[in-house]
Amino acid sequence: MGTTASQLGKDVLSEYQELTFLTKQEILLAHKRFSELLSKEERDRPDTRVPMEKILTLPELKSNPFRQRICQVFSTSDRKDGSLTFEDFLDLLSAFSDSATLEIKSHYAFRIFDFDDDGTLDTGDLEKLVNCLTGETDETRLTTDEMRQLINNILEESDIDKDGTVNLSEFQHVISRSPDFVSSFKIVL
Amino acid sequence: MDNDAVFYTDRSGRITSNPLLDQLPSYQSLLYRRKSSVSGTKRRSSSRGRTGSSSSGKWGMSSFTRPLDKPKSQIEQQDIRELAKPMAEKRRDKTQRLEEARELSSWRQWRQSSHRYLKRLRDDAQEWMSSMKLWRGDIHLIEGMFGTGILSYFSFLRFLVVLNLIIFLIKFSFVMLPIIIAPYASGNITYNLNDAGVCTVYPSSSRLGLVIFHEHITDLLSGGGFLEQTYLFYGYYKADKIHFPNITYNLALAYLLSTIAYLFLSLIWIVKRSARGFKRNLVQDEDRFQSFCNKIFAGWDFCITNVNAARLKRSSLLYELKTDLEEERIKQKIADRTRKEKCRIYFLRLILNLFVIGVLAGCFYSIYIATIFSQEAQMTKIKVNFIVDLIYEYLPSIVITVANFITPLLFSIIINYEDYSPAFEIRFTLMRCVFMRLTSIGVLLFSLWSQITKCEEEPCICGYNHVLYSCWETRVGQEMYKLTIFDFITIVAVTIFVEFPRKLIVKNCDCGLAKWWGQQEFAIPQNVLEIVYGQTICWIGTFYCPMLPAICTIKYFFIFYIKKVSLINNCRPATRPFRASSSNFFFLVVLLIGLALACLPVTVSVAQINCSHACGPFVNYNTTWEVLPATVSQLPSGAQKLLFALSSEAFAVSFFVVTCLAMFYVIALAGAHKRVINQLREQLAMEGRDKRFLIQKLCQAQSLSTSRSPVSRPQPRSGSRSSPSYHTSFSSNFNEGVFLAHSPPDSSTHV
Repeated sequence: MGTTASQLGKDVLSEYQELTFLTKQEILLAHKRFSELLSKEERDRPDTRVPMEKILTLPELKSNPFRQRICQVFSTSDRKDGSLTFEDFLDLLSAFSDSATLEIKSHYAFRIFDFDDDGTLDTGDLEKLVNCLTGETDETRLTTDEMRQLINNILEESDIDKDGTVNLSEFQHVISRSPDFVSSFKIVL
Repeated sequence: MDNDAVFYTDRSGRITSNPLLDQLPSYQSLLYRRKSSVSGTKRRSSSRGRTGSSSSGKWGMSSFTRPLDKPKSQIEQQDIRELAKPMAEKRRDKTQRLEEARELSSWRQWRQSSHRYLKRLRDDAQEWMSSMKLWRGDIHLIEGMFGTGILSYFSFLRFLVVLNLIIFLIKFSFVMLPIIIAPYASGNITYNLNDAGVCTVYPSSSRLGLVIFHEHITDLLSGGGFLEQTYLFYGYYKADKIHFPNITYNLALAYLLSTIAYLFLSLIWIVKRSARGFKRNLVQDEDRFQSFCNKIFAGWDFCITNVNAARLKRSSLLYELKTDLEEERIKQKIADRTRKEKCRIYFLRLILNLFVIGVLAGCFYSIYIATIFSQEAQMTKIKVNFIVDLIYEYLPSIVITVANFITPLLFSIIINYEDYSPAFEIRFTLMRCVFMRLTSIGVLLFSLWSQITKCEEEPCICGYNHVLYSCWETRVGQEMYKLTIFDFITIVAVTIFVEFPRKLIVKNCDCGLAKWWGQQEFAIPQNVLEIVYGQTICWIGTFYCPMLPAICTIKYFFIFYIKKVSLINNCRPATRPFRASSSNFFFLVVLLIGLALACLPVTVSVAQINCSHACGPFVNYNTTWEVLPATVSQLPSGAQKLLFALSSEAFAVSFFVVTCLAMFYVIALAGAHKRVINQLREQLAMEGRDKRFLIQKLCQAQSLSTSRSPVSRPQPRSGSRSSPSYHTSFSSNFNEGVFLAHSPPDSSTHV
């Protein structure tokens, strides 16, 4: 495939370093892994879009229950098909990196969990979220009663203005008191 | 509740968006529907000062324009990469900022560019530091396979390796190095043994004549024989002061101060490390680790790459959620207990706790007996057999290990009858095991000291039993050395002889026993207790055996690889997951308990027990602590006066009173903040209800005015999408215009 450093110019590299939370090594590694997803002709074109199915073959995303949502959130494509350019991929890794701030992580987490993209986490979103976490088959779901009890508990803890949904500020507030979030919301290549 | 009708959903499940609700500024600021028409000017919500978290790339055009009133300098403070926007927009932001920067004066430009340069330098330095971290690749692999809970155990192990290395470097540079370089730097070692006769006799323990090979092994494993008179133990440091050409180095003072220094350093480092995880303030008193939001929103470890691990993580999350939901039901059941049941349960708990105390007392007594027996066996010097000798030497360690193996099993059986909630059961069992482990070391030391200070004719002539223990510190150091070695051997032996065969049996044999036994689970609490036990021994033993930290560093280094191999090959993740945050908290609390317990024996032996007159740096003093007053009395009188003032009662009492006042102030402040936060919460909920009520009334008024004036221009929005609940009976009360026909139902009185 050739040396990666020669394909990413030095000024482009430093610009990426400034605009993301990634270090130089991480950007180069990301470039290498991204190029492996492309075919030979596509590598020479600067702004190729990789379709979602190919992105989901990466081992870091393959076993993640939120993989489709992640691709959709970070995709800048007009067709909303979840395809990513290299810069989208860098944005993804930057938000999931070790040194990203809590605000960035919680912002993107909110968007990933918002399955219907309406700006709030309502009961439907929370139910889909819990089902993603526990598994999709029937044996691994919670019963309806348990689901209702769980969602009531979540809303009781996080819904401050008692409107039945969790908006972005309430979500960030509850995340700021959640000690596990920063360590679990992390993807490193 | 009619007021909540605003949020009824239509058939598709989406909240029927009230047109007025959509236009509210707060709703607009949370929406990030992509509209390609918006570009160029970026609107930032001025309601969020520096965090900028609600700013998003494309905004719906709102009819309520928010003034961009943040001054330019404030905007520039925020890092570009902290904006949650796609890369193209961040690039545009950056060029915009650079253009704006060109309009500034050259002083500001220089300041900005120097800021950027310094920031880049700091980032590069951090990158270099993190690449130097030990075992990065291994930990990344473990993280991908098992998640963050088990990862925290291994990063804890790494922390202990580094801590022990630093402690060894402190001891080495202040105590060993001056003695080693003294001959080369023309230093003169003075060592005044006051020949007060019988106390200063120190028979040599090295073996004479032909030495059989297995005696070398015995010596290596027990720290006696050829190892006794080496840098390993306290007794070898026969140097009071070292006179170099220019300065005099007080080795005794250095020995004492380095001990205090390493204990203090450990305390500060552990507290700093635990504070890192607790930056969030704890205003609410709900259980911060077990909250449902923490489990759901932060439940999935995004670092897992293994498909199997993902499946197991899902099932463990399901198990945890079900258990917690059941625990809520159990709490309800507990609250519903009758008086008779409560009495019965409390009585049962009392009996079981007495039983537990009895078991602990029995274990401690057996450790005491074993130590005394072992000491007497070593004193008589009748060599029976190589193996039997070794067993006598290691008897205390063996008894401690057996006790620490049996008691957790016993505790976990007993706790089943005490009928606590599941989370409390786990914590209580853990606390009992911690107490057992760490107190057994204390009992060992206590029994040693009772031997050392027990003479045939009371009171002892030299302050200790000089006949049996001419250099008692070395003897204590040898016991600590033996404990460390035996601990390491136990861990290796259990891994090789228990875990690997268990995996082979479970994998290959299909009988019922194998299935019942199951595959090994990596039990984090027990593993953590093991290494904290080892670290406590290291802290206590470093005073008597200055090279013990180096031995512990090597020991933990090997334990990392042994545990890693065992984990990857033999273990499956635990059914009940141990969260990373509660793991870290648990590790550091147990480590702090271990440190506190380690400080106690060291303090007692430094301040109370007479140091031996035949060996070590403190031969001229009665107790080890006396070095300090002796040195202070040689300082200039100004410094002496200051030090005496600092250690006087007046200073201590006033310092204590001031600290108490500060603490009360902070507690009162926290209480006041808590009250304010509760009030604000209530107010927020009330505002939400008011808003919904007002919108509902507005919609009713609008629909009423449309129905009253059909020829007027059509109202496109309010008609079609209002949910049926708006057609209430209020319409009959309305005249033209909007006024409230009845008081708001319960918005002002609802809590």
